[in-house]
Amino acid sequence: MINYIIKRLLALIPILIGVAIIVFLIVHLIPGDPAQTMLGERATDAALERLREQMGLNDPLPVQFWRYVKDLLRGDFGRSIMSNNPVSTELAQRFPATLELSFFAMLFAVLVGVPAGIFASIKQNSWFDNMSMMIALIGVSMPIFWLGLMFIWLFAVELGWFPPSSRIGVGLEFVPITNLYVIDSIIQQNFAAFKNVLHHLVLPAVALGTIPMAIIARMTRSSMLEVLKKDYIRTAFAKGLKKKMVIFKHALKNAMVPIITVVGLQFGVLLGGAVMTETIFSWPGLGKYLVDAIYARDFPIVQGGILFFAGVFVIVNLIVDLSYALVDPRIQYE
Amino acid sequence: MKKITLTTFIILALIMSVFVTGVMAQEQGGTLVFGRGGDTVGLDPIQVTDGESFKVTQQIYDTLVDYTPGTTEVEPALATDWEVSEDGLTWTFNLRENVEFHDGNPFTAEDVKWNFDRWRLEDHPYHIGGEFTYYGYMFQGFPGIIQEVNVVDDYTVEFVLSEKQAPFLNNLAMVPFGIASPEAVKEHGEDYFKNPVGTGAYTLEEWRQGDRVILKANENYWKERAYLDEIVFRSIPDNSARYMELQSGSIDMMDGVSPEDVESVESSDELKLSLRPSMNVGYFAMNFNFEPFDDVRVRRAFNHAIDKQAIIDAFYAGLAEPAKNPMPPSIWGYNDNIEPYEYNPERAEELLAEAGYEDGFEFDLWYLPVPRPYIPQGKFIGQAIQSYLSDIGVTANLVTYDWSTYLDKTEHQEAPTYMLGWTGDNGDPDNFLYVLLDKTNSNNAYESDELHEVLVEAQKTMDHERRVELYMEAQEIIHKDAPWVPLVHSTPPIALKTDIQNYIPNPTGTEKLHRVWLEE
Repeated sequence: MINYIIKRLLALIPILIGVAIIVFLIVHLIPGDPAQTMLGERATDAALERLREQMGLNDPLPVQFWRYVKDLLRGDFGRSIMSNNPVSTELAQRFPATLELSFFAMLFAVLVGVPAGIFASIKQNSWFDNMSMMIALIGVSMPIFWLGLMFIWLFAVELGWFPPSSRIGVGLEFVPITNLYVIDSIIQQNFAAFKNVLHHLVLPAVALGTIPMAIIARMTRSSMLEVLKKDYIRTAFAKGLKKKMVIFKHALKNAMVPIITVVGLQFGVLLGGAVMTETIFSWPGLGKYLVDAIYARDFPIVQGGILFFAGVFVIVNLIVDLSYALVDPRIQYE
Repeated sequence: MKKITLTTFIILALIMSVFVTGVMAQEQGGTLVFGRGGDTVGLDPIQVTDGESFKVTQQIYDTLVDYTPGTTEVEPALATDWEVSEDGLTWTFNLRENVEFHDGNPFTAEDVKWNFDRWRLEDHPYHIGGEFTYYGYMFQGFPGIIQEVNVVDDYTVEFVLSEKQAPFLNNLAMVPFGIASPEAVKEHGEDYFKNPVGTGAYTLEEWRQGDRVILKANENYWKERAYLDEIVFRSIPDNSARYMELQSGSIDMMDGVSPEDVESVESSDELKLSLRPSMNVGYFAMNFNFEPFDDVRVRRAFNHAIDKQAIIDAFYAGLAEPAKNPMPPSIWGYNDNIEPYEYNPERAEELLAEAGYEDGFEFDLWYLPVPRPYIPQGKFIGQAIQSYLSDIGVTANLVTYDWSTYLDKTEHQEAPTYMLGWTGDNGDPDNFLYVLLDKTNSNNAYESDELHEVLVEAQKTMDHERRVELYMEAQEIIHKDAPWVPLVHSTPPIALKTDIQNYIPNPTGTEKLHRVWLEE
C-alpha cells in the first residue's frame, strides 16, 4: 500500500513537467500579452514596447522558458504580473476559499444524492423514483448562473433568509488564519463569526452542489439497481434478513465503487474552481481568479495555477483509488 | 389671544424643526460599504493601471495638486501654490506644512523628490515592485521629460523639464502620482503594494485579497477628518448579484449598474442614482488601409447612417449623450460649434453612390468583447450598427476576439472597422486628440499632417487661450476628415442608498470619499 502511494506520487513528477511545458507554450503562443491588457486602450506602440522590455517579454521564447524552468526547480513560481504578489501566496490565499465551498457543496450533494438514489432504486418506477429522477435531470441541465441568481433573489432579496453573497459579513471581529473561515472561526472560538460563515455558505454550496447531487443520485440509483438484481441479494432476502440490512450492508456496499468514482471526479472538478458560482456569489476562490488571469495574460499565475490543479487532480484521484480498497476488500494495491 | 400665540408658537416650532433638520450638520461616523466589480490589484498607485485600485489609493494618498470635486480643474492639495518659469521648463511648488504620513513621518520636499526619483530613475534602489506604467506613460519614459527634481528648502520643490508639457499640472493631479512615505517603501520593498502609507484621509485597516479592502479614518488628516469612520470596498463581480446586494441592503452603494436596472433604481424609495460626468468617448473607427474606407465620402456616409440617440436609448438607458467630437464636453476646449452629421440614411446612400458604391459592399465590423464604461454592451451595439448599415445597403460581418487579442490586433491596424473608446486620464484635450488621432498614434491609419501640426503646437504652448483655439481647430479638421463615427459620451451611473450625502462623482473616474456622510 505504502509502496503504491509512493509510486503514484512519483508519477506526479513527469505529469507536472509535461503540464508545465504545455501550459507555458499555450499561454505564450496565444495572441495578446500582459503589457497589452495592463495598458488597455492606452496600449500605444511606444508604451507597449517599453513595458514589454521591462517585463522581459521581448526575450526569445526559449530564454523565457529557461528562466521559468530554473525558477520552478527552485520552487519559485514567480510573481503575478498584475499584482506583483508571489504566485504561491496568491494561490494559497484563494485555494482555501475554493476548498471550503467545494467541501460543503459535496457534503450537500452526497447527503442528498445518495439517499435519493437508494430510495429511488428500491422503489423503482414509483412516483418517488420518477419525480426524483426528473428533479435530477433538471439539476444536471440547470445553468448555474441562473440558479444562483434565482437563489439570491428569492432567499436573500425577497425572503431575507440568507445573505446574498460573500464569505462573511461586514463588521465582525474576525482575522483569517488558514483562510478556511469555518476552521478559523472555531480556532478563534468566535461563535458569531462561525454562525455567520455557515450562514454565508448555504446558498453557494447548495447552488454549486446541485449538479453533482443530481449526477450522484442518478449514479447511485443505476448502480443500486444493478446490484439489487444480483443472486446474492436474492439469497440474502431468502435467508430472511431484514430489508434494511440487505439494502445497506449487502447492496449499497457493493454498489459503492462507481459512486465513489463519481464523487471523486466531481470533487476534482469542483476544486478546479467553480467559475460561475464564484462569480455570482462573489466568492474569492481560485476559479474566477484563474479565468481573470487568463484574460489578463498573467502568465505566472496561469502557469502556477494550472500546475497546482494538475497536482490536486492527481491527488484526488489517488485518494479515490485508495478508497476503493476500503469498500471492496477484493481490491488490493501492491 | 393666548390661543393664537400658542398656535403661532407651535407652527413656528414646526417650521424651525424642519429648518433645523434641513441644515442639520453633517454627521460623523458610520461605515460605508461600496460594491464594485473587481478587487484592487495593488495599493501602490504608481504600479497599477486599473480603476479598482485607484478607487482605494485615492483615499489613502494625496497628490501635489488635485481635481476640484466634480471637475477636471486643478486645485491645491499637498502643494499650496506653484509657479512656472517664463520658458515653461521650471515648475516650483510650495508645499503644505504640518502634514504627516500615516506612519507618523512628516511630509517634506525631500519626500516629493524621493518619490519622483523612485518613479523615474531606473537605477534607483527602490525602482522595484512593478513597471511604473503611468509614469512612463504620462511623462514619456524613464526618466522621461522630468530632468531634475530639486529640493529648494524643506517646503519648496522644483521640477526641471527637458521640454514643455502643457498638461503638466493636470498630470500631477492624477491618482497614480500619490506621494508615498519613503520609510514605508524602504521597509516593505516588493511588498509595499500590500502595506500602503500615504498622507490621505483614510488608512488601510485590512485587505482580504479577492474579497474586500477595509479603510479607517485617519485621525491626523491635514484637512478635516473624514466623516465616515470606515469604508469597506467589496468585490462583487456579477452586475445583477451586486444590484441584488444593494436591494437587500448589504451594500450601500455600487458602480457598474446595468442599464436594465436603472429604471428600478429610479423608482425605488430607498435608492438614488448619481451620474458620473462623462470623460470618455465610445467610437466606431474606419481603417484607411482598407478599401473603401480611404474614401472620405464613405466615412461620412457611415456617419450619417447611424442613429446614435436610438442606440443610447436602447443600450445606455438614456444615460449618455450622442458624440459629435472625439472628446467629451466636460473637457475645456470642446468645440460646440461643430454641426454634427445628422442621422439621415438618404444622405448616406447619396454619398455612397457618389463614391461609386450604390450597390453596397461587404466588410468586417469588430465589436468589443468586454463591457467598457463607454460601450457597456459591445455585441448589441455592434448588431445595431450592423442593422443601420444594412439599411443603406452595406453588409457588415460581426467579428470579435478576446480583449487582449482584440487590443493587439486593432493596435496593429488589422481591423477594417472596429468599436473602441477611451476614458481620459488627466482632463486635458491633448489626452484625447493627440493620443487617439494624431498620425503617430492612430490605430486606423488616419495620418493627417494638418492635424499633427496643430496638435504638436498645442502641446508646446503654455498660453491657455491659444491652446483652446488650437484644439477648436483640431476638432474641425477631424470633423471634416471623419476618421471615426464618434458614438457616445456615457455618464456611468452609480446607485446609492438615499441616506448617503455629498457624494460627488468626478469625471476622472475616482474621487475622494472623505466628505461623504451618512444621514441617520
